[in-house]
Amino acid sequence: MKHNIEMNKIERSLLKGREYIGAQKIEGPLVYMRNTHAVGYGELVEVSDKDGKTRTGQVLDTSSDVVVVQLFEGTDGLSIPSTRMRFMGEPFNLPVSKGMLGRVMNGLGRPRDASSLPAGEDSMNINGLPINPTAREYPQDFIQTGVSVIDGLTTLIQGQKLPIFSGNGLPHNQLAAQIARQAKVLSQDSDFSIVFAAMGVKYDVARFFIDSFESSGVLDNVAFFLSLADDPSIERTITPRSALTLAEHLAFTHDKQVLVIMTDMTNYCESLREISTLRGEIPSRKGYPGYLYSNLAELYERSGKLLGHGGSITQLPILTMPNDDISHPIPDLTGYITEGQIVFDREMYSRGIYPPINGLPSLSRLMKDGIGDGMTRKDHPHLANQLFASYSHVKDVRNLASVIGEEELTTLDHQYLDFGAKFENEFVYQRFDENRSIEQTLDLGWEALKTLPAEELQRVSEDELKEFYGG
Amino acid sequence: MPEKIIGQVQRVNGPVITVDNVTDASMMDLVYVGEDHLIGELVKLDGTSATVQVYEDTTGLCPFENVYGTSLPLSVELGPGLIGSIYDGIQRPLSRLREICGDTIAKGVVSKALDRTKKWEFTPVVAVSDTVHPGSVIGTVQETSRILHRILVPLTLGDLKDQFTVVSISDIAEYSVDETVCVVEDDEGERHSLTLMHSWSIRKPRKVKERKPLSIPLITGQRVIDMLFPLAKGGTVAIPGGFGTGKTMTQHAIASWCDADIIVYIGCGERGNEMTDVLREFPKLIDPYTGKSLMERTILIANTSNMPVSAREASIYTGITLAEYYRDQGYHVAVMADSTSRWAEALRELSGRMEEMPAEEGFPAYLPTRIAEFYERAGRMETLSAMEGSVSIIGAVSPPGGDFSEPVTQHTKRFVRCFWGLDRSLASSRHYPAISWLDSYSEYVDEVAPWWEQKGEGNWKSARQEIMNLLQKEVRLQQIVKLVGPDALPDSQNFILEVCSMFKTAFLQQNAFDDIDKYSSIEKQLGMLNVILTYWKVGSAAIEKGLPIVRVKRMKVTQEIARMRFSISDDNLEELDKITVRLERQISRLGEMYEA
Ligand SMILES: Nc1ncnc2c1ncn2[C@@H]1O[C@H](COP(=O)(O)OP(=O)(O)OP(=O)(O)O)[C@@H](O)[C@H]1O
Ligand SMILES: [Mg+2]
Repeated sequence: MKHNIEMNKIERSLLKGREYIGAQKIEGPLVYMRNTHAVGYGELVEVSDKDGKTRTGQVLDTSSDVVVVQLFEGTDGLSIPSTRMRFMGEPFNLPVSKGMLGRVMNGLGRPRDASSLPAGEDSMNINGLPINPTAREYPQDFIQTGVSVIDGLTTLIQGQKLPIFSGNGLPHNQLAAQIARQAKVLSQDSDFSIVFAAMGVKYDVARFFIDSFESSGVLDNVAFFLSLADDPSIERTITPRSALTLAEHLAFTHDKQVLVIMTDMTNYCESLREISTLRGEIPSRKGYPGYLYSNLAELYERSGKLLGHGGSITQLPILTMPNDDISHPIPDLTGYITEGQIVFDREMYSRGIYPPINGLPSLSRLMKDGIGDGMTRKDHPHLANQLFASYSHVKDVRNLASVIGEEELTTLDHQYLDFGAKFENEFVYQRFDENRSIEQTLDLGWEALKTLPAEELQRVSEDELKEFYGG
Repeated sequence: MPEKIIGQVQRVNGPVITVDNVTDASMMDLVYVGEDHLIGELVKLDGTSATVQVYEDTTGLCPFENVYGTSLPLSVELGPGLIGSIYDGIQRPLSRLREICGDTIAKGVVSKALDRTKKWEFTPVVAVSDTVHPGSVIGTVQETSRILHRILVPLTLGDLKDQFTVVSISDIAEYSVDETVCVVEDDEGERHSLTLMHSWSIRKPRKVKERKPLSIPLITGQRVIDMLFPLAKGGTVAIPGGFGTGKTMTQHAIASWCDADIIVYIGCGERGNEMTDVLREFPKLIDPYTGKSLMERTILIANTSNMPVSAREASIYTGITLAEYYRDQGYHVAVMADSTSRWAEALRELSGRMEEMPAEEGFPAYLPTRIAEFYERAGRMETLSAMEGSVSIIGAVSPPGGDFSEPVTQHTKRFVRCFWGLDRSLASSRHYPAISWLDSYSEYVDEVAPWWEQKGEGNWKSARQEIMNLLQKEVRLQQIVKLVGPDALPDSQNFILEVCSMFKTAFLQQNAFDDIDKYSSIEKQLGMLNVILTYWKVGSAAIEKGLPIVRVKRMKVTQEIARMRFSISDDNLEELDKITVRLERQISRLGEMYEA
């Protein structure tokens, strides 16, 4: 098939939107098409079946003889002879507007109910473009979530991407809803706009969030992108992209503070694996494609702040660790990209501690510039270090106690056990509707430390000991 | 640049494209793909078909679009103006790109790496009819207040044996980088105009006269490194560790406080905000050796995780080539590569898309060769102009699941001589830097020991050995304690645990966020080590004589030792001696009470 180059150029502009009938092969969400004009990589595609039902797709691989298209709404009901395909000559753009707040959409950003969306203020490529590192503003504004273990030890910063590593049946949705409800930047009075992306979760989960936002009266400030468990699995691969595209519009055109909740990233990754396997790509760990890291980075890096813009995107992705295994590729690659992680612990949960966050594997990489004098309180950095250090010693003592028995422990060891209990039951533990100020949080931290003798507290300064620990 | 059509796009599969009807092209040629002129490199030839890896997003690229050849390899521009800049993986200046296309990086944007409008004052060091050869210095430019940029006869002109005669040379005057400052003539009478800049292929190591022994330590200001696992100038080290264990922090700390002349920091497939952090912090930070801003010695290469994956593959080579260029000017350069695993994964992704046969875990069979070639470009060298310079490589490795048995960590271990293994459990108990004293090693210890002797610090090696021995003993004792509790050990052995625990909290841990602790001069490091060894010596002698260990732990001076890393700054190091004196005095007083 020898094409004349000039012909090709003319063809492209004329043939844009031209319809082809009859697929070569249909496999899972992929449709293979032959004898088309020259189609661009990543081009938007509209496919319709014999009943005229249309669905959206994107070019995944293009060559002079075959074009591979992935359909986001699945291929159910398509047949080889009756498949009609139109190549739109442009990438996948999403019309975005402020009016999408308060609405419920599907993964492609189309309304889930019959009513139509307000006209788009702009049309943006859902894949976004990489942010130039010189255009970023380093995030450093403290977000008070009202949750002590987060505010005190793994502080959330406006513009950060901080995932929750959870497990099946653990209360990650409660925590995400609590954060969304309570999050506040103390130095600003504007509220957060929320963009919520659901990938492959049950309707109940979506309902829980809708109810929770409704009862706190913020529903008008939330945009939902729902691709639920019974929607086509491939739609999940586009859902976070639609959500983040709107988030970027809100943050960088309307200067809004946006909180993006994405759940469940594990389902997203599994859909990617499905496509990759279908295409016969060489897998890396556990069958996930080798490009999973880059693919996740394309999502997670769409957060932060830009110089000269007032808005920000804070991401709170939720993922359930298969088998509670933090070294599984999904949490592992996520942890390599995000700016820390909040890790749930099943054992703490079974002891009735909410939120069941294990402080030791949890981390906020951006807290260093957002805490301390003038931001939270001057003792915060050292206090956090001390709580980590002491609590990690508690774990050692508990191990020792389980071997030699508690009665064999020294007085100091017993003091550590007391500290551990107080830390978990009073500092970490709080109610689902309890919103603590940062002062309350820090004071509770000192209360717990008072179970230990002063000479054990080497991470805090002499002055801090005097002021907060008491004589 | 002369461009000609070398073929047409046949297939687009992400960053890898196949080109048809290829007539005149060679391997590793730089090509421009499609009407957007996307930058690419030709990586495979097969009959009339070729494979090109494209350094930009290929969305919208169509079959039948033209591919243009340049007959040149992918190169970087070398000349004044590199320092203080931030480039992407193929040396596009990111600040300039922001002026052109705003907050995000659009595709098809081009901008020269070196600013052609800026004027530099050139001072010649050769005269007409002097003989020069490639690598000779013909003049200098003050690039930043601390870096004198030496203008070299380009190595593209040949080798040490190729002689040239200076036909004309400019006086002191201002030039932009592409203006001729000197004309030389070779023995066949052909003349070459030299400018302040030249180009060099990123995949080809720059030539040197010879390698020199790695006998000078690269001082980093980080205690666990300088005292226990030293790196030599021109040496290579790997920092493997799971996510959040401190690879980037360690690299930032070294980039900030090490005694190299130039830092090349390569952010390879990592976070955008980390580059922003360096851009924001470094201009403010002051180098303890020269008192100048750190940005005046730093070049940044940023190919973050969301930027095109093939440019990530190139970024490592771009960075090391810039480093070699400053080495050739007689500087000690330290290259940080964060993370080499992302580079290896880029290789894997491209290889997969080219449908090559994979070896371990999907990585191509040539992975070890590529890793070896990269680390081979480090070294302490005599340059062609008979100066001394070095390139040290500090490579982060991000093993999946934190498991060091994976291919990238394993192969890297074969080619580096120093290993700082980060330990997940240390990191989660907030022992930073989480460099494990049991897994890590440095093969440079013996080689750099004479340097310490020459400085009059002859006991560096023996002190190091003494503390390493204690740490080894501690491991065995800990195993016993885990079974029967600490009370089962005699005080003399419990004191080993106490000293090691003190050494860890008071010496090995170093808080990068504390103004005093973040950097320790070698004098402070040696002083602190001495305090701890004194604690061990006088403490164990007193305990031997019957002093209970609790009395030793409760001494006021013990508290001072625990806090000395924060409380004693480099301006009042005499405090360390005072601690030693108080320590000896308090112990002997206590000891007397018990002897009596
Ligand atoms: N020397 C140090 N002092 C204080 N904190 C540290 C130090 N080293 C590491 N940390 C803490 O550990 C966190 C993670 O470190 P870092 O970002 O260097 O990890 P990493 O190994 O590069 O992780 P990744 O592979 O995900 O990039 C930092 O944000 C900081 O809170
Ligand atoms: Mg890192």
